[in-house]
Order: sequence, then C-alpha cells, then structure tokens
Amino acid sequence: MAERASLKLIDTLVAAGGAPVASHRPWPRYVLDAAGWQKLVEGLGAAPHWALLDLWGEPDAVHAALYDESAQAIAVASLSCPDRRFPTLSAVRPAAGRMERAARDLFALDAHDAIDKRPWLDHGRWPVGGAHAKAPYNFLPVEGEGLHVIPVGPVHAGIIEPGHFRFTASGETVVRLEERLGYVHKGIEGLMAGKTPAEAARFAARVSGDSAVAHSLAFARAVEAALEAEPPPRAIWLRALMAELERIANHLGDFGAVCNDVAFTFIHAKCGELREHCLRAADQGFGHRLMMDCIVPGGVVRDLDPGAVGGLQALIAELKRDLPLLSQLYDAKASLQDRTVGTGRVTSDFVNRFAAGGFIGRATGRGFDARRHPGYAPYGDLAFDVPVLEDGDVNARVWIRIHEIEQSLKLLEQILAKLPAGPLAVELPARGGEGMAMVEGFRGEAICWVRLDAAGRVARARPRDPSWLQWPLLEAAILDNIVGDFPVCNKSFNCSYSGHDL
Amino acid sequence: MAVIFDLVVQGAQMALVLVLAPLLTGIVRLVKARLMGRRGPSPIQPYRDLMRLLRKEAVLAENASWLFRVTPYVVFASIWVAASLVPTFATGLIFSWSADLIAIVALLGSARFFLALAGMDVGTSFGGIGSSREMMIASLAEPAMLMIVFAVALLAGSTQLSTVAAVLQQPEVGLRVTLALALVAMVIVAIAENARIPVDNPATHLELTMVHEAMVLEYSGRHLAMIEAGAFLKLLLYVSLIACVFLPFGLAPSGAGPAAYALALLVYLAKLLGGGVLLALFETSIAKMRVFRVPEYLGVALMLGLLGVMLLFVSRSL
Repeated sequence: MAERASLKLIDTLVAAGGAPVASHRPWPRYVLDAAGWQKLVEGLGAAPHWALLDLWGEPDAVHAALYDESAQAIAVASLSCPDRRFPTLSAVRPAAGRMERAARDLFALDAHDAIDKRPWLDHGRWPVGGAHAKAPYNFLPVEGEGLHVIPVGPVHAGIIEPGHFRFTASGETVVRLEERLGYVHKGIEGLMAGKTPAEAARFAARVSGDSAVAHSLAFARAVEAALEAEPPPRAIWLRALMAELERIANHLGDFGAVCNDVAFTFIHAKCGELREHCLRAADQGFGHRLMMDCIVPGGVVRDLDPGAVGGLQALIAELKRDLPLLSQLYDAKASLQDRTVGTGRVTSDFVNRFAAGGFIGRATGRGFDARRHPGYAPYGDLAFDVPVLEDGDVNARVWIRIHEIEQSLKLLEQILAKLPAGPLAVELPARGGEGMAMVEGFRGEAICWVRLDAAGRVARARPRDPSWLQWPLLEAAILDNIVGDFPVCNKSFNCSYSGHDL
Repeated sequence: MAVIFDLVVQGAQMALVLVLAPLLTGIVRLVKARLMGRRGPSPIQPYRDLMRLLRKEAVLAENASWLFRVTPYVVFASIWVAASLVPTFATGLIFSWSADLIAIVALLGSARFFLALAGMDVGTSFGGIGSSREMMIASLAEPAMLMIVFAVALLAGSTQLSTVAAVLQQPEVGLRVTLALALVAMVIVAIAENARIPVDNPATHLELTMVHEAMVLEYSGRHLAMIEAGAFLKLLLYVSLIACVFLPFGLAPSGAGPAAYALALLVYLAKLLGGGVLLALFETSIAKMRVFRVPEYLGVALMLGLLGVMLLFVSRSL
C-alpha cells in the first residue's frame, strides 16, 4: 500500500512520454501519445489515490484532469486523437463513463473499448445530433421475481429540474436506480467558444444558478491563470465574501428542503426565511440576489455597497442566534431523526472511487476541500475548519451543511474585518494561454479549464460542476432503501441538473 | 309534523357538513402556516380551489374506463352520506335509524375501494403505488376502527350514533378508561384515514412519497373537485365523530327549540375549530414516518381498541 501511495502522478505522466504544454497554468498539462495514454490507464489502475477530476473532449483531443491525493498534485493529461478513438478510462475510474459518453455525444470521440457506449447528453432530438442517439435508449436490464419498474420524471409533480429516474423495486425496496440526465443541455461550452472572457463569464455564471458565484469564480480564475493576471486584493476578498454568502444561502435551503421532504415543514419554513435574508443581503451588497455576473475575469464588477455592511452583520448575528435553535430542534425530533439517520448511506469506498467532493464526500470521511488543497487566496489568511463526518447518511450530510454554515459565518466575519481597500479589477491582456482553476462551491469543487486563442478569445472552456462525480453515487446510496426515501436522499445530495447537462 | 321537523334537521345537518368541510381544511392549513411563521392562505381558499376545479376541463387518460369517471362521484356520495349520519349539533337524526356506526365504516371503506380501483385503472405506476399503500393502511386502520366501534357500542349498548351520543351524555357514564383508550385509538385512526402527517403528507409534491395523492394524481377538473370535496368531508366527518362520541356535550336533543339548536350549532363550531387547531399543532410537531412504520402506528390503535373492549368485559364480570 505504501508503495502504491508513492506512485506519483506527475512522475508517471513524464515517464509516459508526456510533453508538457508551456502555456498551461497553474498546473501542468502533458500531451501523451497512444502508448503514454495506455500507461496512464495502467497507472490509474495501480494508484487508487489518483482522483479523476474531469474528462472532456475537443474535436481532435481528449483531456483528463487528475489529482494525486497523496502528493496533492494536479495535472491534465491530453491525448491527441485525430482518428477520434481513445482507450477508455471508465474501466479504472467509473466516473469517467458518463464523461466519455458526453464526449461521444458532443465531439464524436469514441472511447472504443468502453463497455457502456449509450448516448448520454444527446437524446436523439438535436438537429445536429449523432446517429448513435437516434435509437431508443436501453435502460440496464433488471431480472428477478416480482420486480416492478417505476419511471419518474423528467416531468415531476413539483417544480424542479428535469431528470429521469428509473427505479426497479421489489415491493417498496429499491433494487436498482438508473438515472438519465441531459434534459437541460444548453450547449454552454459551445456558446462560450469564440467569446471574449468578459462575455463568456456571463455563461459561466449561468452554468447552475445556485452556484453562480462558484462557477463565475472558477472561470475567472482560470482565465487569470491563463493570462498570468493577478486580480487586486480587494477583488479577491470580495469574491470570497460572495462565495461564502452563496454557500450559506444554499446550505440553508438544503437543510430546510431535507426536512420538508420528510414533511417536517417547520424547519423548512424557518430556513426559507433565513435564506431569504441571505439573498436580500446579497442583493443589497452586490445588486443581485444570486450575485450573478458580479465576478469577471480580472476582478469583480461592483464593490460591496457600503450601506450593506450593516445588513451583513445583522445577517451574521441572526444566523448565529437562529441556526443553533434549528439544529437543536432537528437533533431533538425523534420522528425526524428516524427518517434521516441511516438513510441513503454512501460507503467511503464509493466516495473515494468517484472522488466525490462537497458535503457528500465530507459526510463520508473524504475531507477534500478546494479552499484548503490546492487552496487559493484569500483562504490562506483565514481561519476555518473543514467539518468531516464518517456516517455517510442523510443525517451526516445535513450536519455537514450545518457545520459549514457555522464556518462560513466565521469566514464572513473575518472577511468583513480584513477587507482591504483598493481597485476592483485589472485590465486583462488579449493574448493566448491555457488555464485551470478549482473553487470550492457549496456542492463541492467547481473546476474550470479554459484555452484562449491568440486574440484572447475563448477557444474552449470546460466548466465542470461537482455533480458529475456525485450523481452516480446517488444510484448507490438509494439501494436497499425504500422508494419513499428517495426524495430525501436526492435532496441531501442536491446535485445540479443544469451544471451537469451544461 | 315531528317527522317533517326531523327531516329539516337532517337536511340542515347534511347541508351544514357540506358547507363547513372546506372551511375546516382551510383553517387547518391557515393554522399550520401561522405556526411556521407564514401568512398562509385565507381559510376560504379551499372553496375557491373547488370552484376553480369545477370550472376547469377534466382531462382523462386515453385508456380510462367508466370506473375512472364514476369513481369521483361514488367517493363523494359515499362520504357525504357517511358524514350526514354523524350527529353534528343535534341527535335524533332521522337517518340514524337506517344506518349506524358500522355503516359509516362500510361507506368509507367502499369509497376507498373505488378510489383504489380508479388509481390502478389508468395503469400509471404512481396510481398503483398509491393504491397498494392505501390498501395496506386501510387493512390496518379498518380493524382498529371496528374495535373502537365495538368498545363504544358495548359501553353505550348501541351502534347508532344518536343513541351513543345520548347515552354518553348521561352523567352516570363518568370517566371511563375504555373511553380514553378508544379516544386515543380513534385519533390515530382518524389521522391515518385522512392521509395526514405522520402517515401521509397532504401537501407534498413528491410523487414517490405520496399515498392518497398518488392515487388521485391522474384526476383533474370536476373529478378532482369531487375527490377533494370528499377528502374535506372525510376530515370533517372524523372530527365530528370524535366530538360526538367523546365530547357529546352541547348536542341538541330531538325536538328541542330553535334557541337550543342555535346554541348547539355554536358549540359544534367551537368543537370543529378546536379539532382543526389541534390537528395543525400535531402535524407541525412531527415528521412523516416511513411507510413501514405505519403498521406499528396503527397496531397501537388496534391494541388500544382491543384493550378497551377487554376492560369492559373484565369490569362487567366483576
């Protein structure tokens, strides 16, 4: 095991003949040949501590972002494949499966030795879609005595995002859940291409509405990395302020929604009220409730309204007073605990294999937090804890959220106290480069990879929502639970449909 | 003349339950909203909802049979008849002589039977899930309900509600352990039968957790209005039933004067309000239970009913 953990990602990529790309920042990118890619596949098989962060395509290349958890090193491996065929990573990293299927739908890149070659984002309804998606979709077969299938969605009884869930149940017990996503594919990656960074930032903010700040920030930092630009200190601190505000608002919403799904509406109503106060404070401070389009490459668009500082402090005080009451109520209600404790358990084996981040990872003992590793400014100057629990059930995911709100409140106080003065943005040069950034959003690490052409326009942008690595775990979490517990499990995951379907 | 007057009283009761039922549901919703710190809808919102549904077009599934179309009316009619058998403000109902407490249980049972069939009729998976869950709950709630009926009937010497209420109004009945047990059991059954939290959530939008709502998911327009009105009536029926058996004070006897009737009506309205507020309080303080906990929950009602009956036998033989 010690020998395995010592297998270094960067060394392996270099040894596999990887040619480093000079303009890729801040982490290295290596272009591999077919033999080198094969070595990467073997290395992934031998090194369970290499996490697959993302896999995405370009018309003639495929890229995989990897994270060496023991050496805490990030690298991108690229394979140029003019014949549009590449060896699959899904055999060694199951999370790659859906990403490869998406790459086939969008770029006709064929992971030729993959087992699952069904379409993913392409539902056969695009005018420019692939022929492979025109055939009826085959759900995985389930065989057994007395099993029945319950198809749910994509149109639901409530107003939520569209996704299809196909349950196979034995009585009330779920024996298989298969997800079908892609209903909200908007072509964001394609729309970002050819735009200036400032224009593309508007698309990044709309990857997933609840993570507007996280994705804007990831995109902005990726562009800044590509151009070696450094935003002014005040912008960096304001960005952190927005990110923590967004985290608090979303965690409050989720906490309430989990309780609502087991029909304990009191906490839902109170959390809704607190979340509303967060959004109003954001609106007062930055002119938009979700702080959309406030962060742009180079800095931030607008300063914190001086009159809003008092509102933020009042919000912090209100949350510090009310959140403990709500969490105590949550903890004390036996009928509520009965529904959340032990429900929807994810094993640490699954979480590690899929490298799931956010509250899903941290509720199952995987303490990864992008604010710590790889870390980014200003979090190095701020004191905060990363709560980690081991149970991996709905209850643990609720508690991680509660603890993270507490930590974010501490962060908000520190940010407000230390907020430096100065300009809000720097001018960005119009030149080429490749950049990548990782930002801790409320769901987990939001990653953005971007390539700018010589004129400084976006040639290819790839925003990756943490949901890519979390959706598959939901299928595992619900197994052996009852059908009626799915909504609460789903809410405790709260994966993004929009951020995943792009 | 007396017969005509009794008919008028009976007719007034039938109209009264119909008029009051949406208001009771509206009050429960309003109190729940207020308990959560929300402003909440007006208590007359359920009337508006019914009017809206009645005006709307009824959309039917292509493979819906006649059963699916007639069920809303059958359900509404059965529940309305059952509700009109419960003395609300006056005893001596003329219909009481033709149907008793067991008939009420049977009427509600047949309403449920039709609704469960209709849930399966169009062949959607949610209708099937809803029907199977509803029947599971019913198979546990009905025996418990019958046990309560036995306990009350043994005590009162009759299954006719007017008689039961009259007997239990007598001061010599006093405080009875059996009645207390039956009351708790009755409340448990009433909550399950009316698809309230913690057994079912009437306000949920989550298809997978629904029981009653899943069965009626395919209904729309006037059909849905009938089913909704039936559900409102059922809630009123159970509150009235509990009030009539366990809190029989203030009921006007047969042939009382107009003043007595007016007073009895006010007392009845107060009982309804109290029942609605208590229900809202209870529902706000508890989360919904897993579907497999329902047998344990209703098992308690059955055992309490059984215990009540046994206690009566034991105390009589002494």
